[in-house]
Amino acid sequence: MMALAQAKRAATEARLAALEIPAGGGWAARAREEALARLRETGLPARRDEYWRYTDPVALNAPAPEPAALFDPQEPMPFSEVDRLKVVFVDGVFDPEASDDLSMAGIEIERLAEAAARDIHWAKDLYGVLEARGQSPVPRPLAALNTAAATDGIVIRVTGKAPRPVALIYLHRSETSDAVLHHLVRVEEGAELTLLENGPAAARLNKVLEVDVADGGAFHHVRAQGRDHERRAATHIFARLGEKSVFKSFTLTVNGKLTRNETVIELTGDNAVAHVAGAALGDADFHHDDTVFITHDAVECESRQVFKKVLRNGAVGVFQGKILVRPGAQKTDGYQISQALLLDDDSQFLAKPELEIYADDVICSHGSTSGAIDETAMFYLRSRGVPRDEAQDLLVIAFLAEAIDEIDDEAIADDILARLQAWLARRRR
Amino acid sequence: MLEIRNLKVKLEEEDKQILKGVDLTVDAGTVHAIMGPNGSGKSTLSYVLAGREGYEVTEGSATLDGADLLEMEPEERAAAGLFLAFQYPVEIPGVGNMTFLRTAVNAQRKARGEEELSAGEFLKEIRARASMLKIDAEMLKRPVNVGFSGGEKKRNEILQMAMLQPKMCILDETDSGLDVDAMKLVAEGVNALRDEGRAFLVITHYQRLLDHIRPDVVHIMAGGRIVKTGGPELALEVENHGYADILQEVA
Ligand SMILES: Nc1ncnc2c1ncn2[C@@H]1O[C@H](COP(=O)(O)OP(=O)(O)O)[C@@H](O)[C@H]1O
Ligand SMILES: [Mg+2]
Repeated sequence: MMALAQAKRAATEARLAALEIPAGGGWAARAREEALARLRETGLPARRDEYWRYTDPVALNAPAPEPAALFDPQEPMPFSEVDRLKVVFVDGVFDPEASDDLSMAGIEIERLAEAAARDIHWAKDLYGVLEARGQSPVPRPLAALNTAAATDGIVIRVTGKAPRPVALIYLHRSETSDAVLHHLVRVEEGAELTLLENGPAAARLNKVLEVDVADGGAFHHVRAQGRDHERRAATHIFARLGEKSVFKSFTLTVNGKLTRNETVIELTGDNAVAHVAGAALGDADFHHDDTVFITHDAVECESRQVFKKVLRNGAVGVFQGKILVRPGAQKTDGYQISQALLLDDDSQFLAKPELEIYADDVICSHGSTSGAIDETAMFYLRSRGVPRDEAQDLLVIAFLAEAIDEIDDEAIADDILARLQAWLARRRR
Repeated sequence: MLEIRNLKVKLEEEDKQILKGVDLTVDAGTVHAIMGPNGSGKSTLSYVLAGREGYEVTEGSATLDGADLLEMEPEERAAAGLFLAFQYPVEIPGVGNMTFLRTAVNAQRKARGEEELSAGEFLKEIRARASMLKIDAEMLKRPVNVGFSGGEKKRNEILQMAMLQPKMCILDETDSGLDVDAMKLVAEGVNALRDEGRAFLVITHYQRLLDHIRPDVVHIMAGGRIVKTGGPELALEVENHGYADILQEVA
């Protein structure tokens, strides 16, 4: 083990001192101890780490969060029109009163603490397991911290086709809340689930979602990450895909001082499909980082990464995306695109696209661009009578379309589009 | 309707004079044609009238029914009734043709203080006009001009003109690159809009289009000026003898 730099160790211990590791024995306690050991080995992230050069982790590491003012956009909550099972968290704490009854055909939903209290539970084989696998080759210390210290979360096991989506709703009520949430989803063979997430969650959020999709299973995930301007978040999704399984995740992010979304996917069964997409809109004090790592470890798998960012008034967007094709993962079809639309000269896009391929019969492509509004298109629209602001909004939505098209469900895609339009409209007034 | 007086235009970025004093008056109910060699400034004239950036007007004026065009934003000119069918229509990936047209129609109505068209009214209107131009539902759904053939792009321009009902229509080489059938469709589309309250300025290289859209006045443009003006017979002269004779005669 390499000796950690003194500063890193100090930051890590300071954070740990401020945390309360949940009590209780059994498998969960062991998983927490192991996670703690992982964290102590790598230490919390620092600017010098290879995947933290573009994003400063200081505010995510700090023992206490910076306060974040509450913001009411005065519009209906995302997915309100979707018939869904609501699971509500207030500042990172499950709220049974506000939540729906958690029973639904073909699906078991429990609170993490309930699962942890039982000696024998399927969650034992998933909690911290995918997170631990995801620590190599790139350490993800904030995720290890999460496994060690998560105070709440939900565990979901799907055995059939879930009749309606499960929606995790994160309300933010306290300006100083610091939430650490850890969810598990196990999609059994041939089962299907759509998971929705929305809400600012807390002043600072550290969230891990581990998703295990068995052979032939399908997991669809759409989240609307908003909307409080001063919130900060570090989220991780760790997914493992079995044969012929499907994993599709889309994230809309608007506002927020700092968001780091990491997605780590392992395609372990042949013919599996993984799509990850994101649309982010930032105005001024906004730093948004998508870090994606997809490992192909089986034949004939497909992966797609589609990330689009619209940045203005000094907003910063980061994309770090990797496709790793392991030896033997023949017939891999990997695609990655990351693009930013910069609405002014003050905004910035930093991209680190990577391919690492150890198989010879694969198709992998990646592209990254950043550019301004197409003035020719702008003039064409205006010459037809569309005012400048409206024309710009049309072009912004057109730019984001490829990412939004990644959402399979039309009603949910329309809802996301409506959010986008509302966000743009608020900036026109 | 359209009054252009001694219009001089240079490029904003470099010291290059393109229009060197254009004078042109187009009355309501008439069709004017502009012909002229490549590079004589025809597209520049149409862009300057429509309000494209990159040009600087150094002298002269252009008014539409008395209103100073050069002071207006492009969208204001459109709302005031000016329409330019582009020589090279622009592709806009991600924006549906239908969405684009509906946004444009309603933006203009709003600017003029009129009620917006309902989805139903709009659909009825666009279906009728599109079928006349042989534009099918599929083309309306596709992103603006993306993957359209040359002829489809030009027909799409005429569809926009038909939906927007402008009073001053400028067509910049709408016939170039069209086969005979497509040109007839375009000409029919234009003729269907001919009206006492509306005027056309048709930029073309070919007599062919003018056989279908009969002009009242024909202008020859060269070197950034209108060098000769006449009746329809002037277009025939160009067709038969090219520009050389005319340019020599005015030189
Ligand atoms: N944006 C521009 N940049 C450089 N040159 C231009 C630009 N626009 C027009 N020109 C020049 O101005 C002249 C007139 O061009 P244009 O108006 O396109 O002529 P036409 O339409 O009659 O063929 C040409 O010499 C052309 O190269
Ligand atoms: Mg031209």
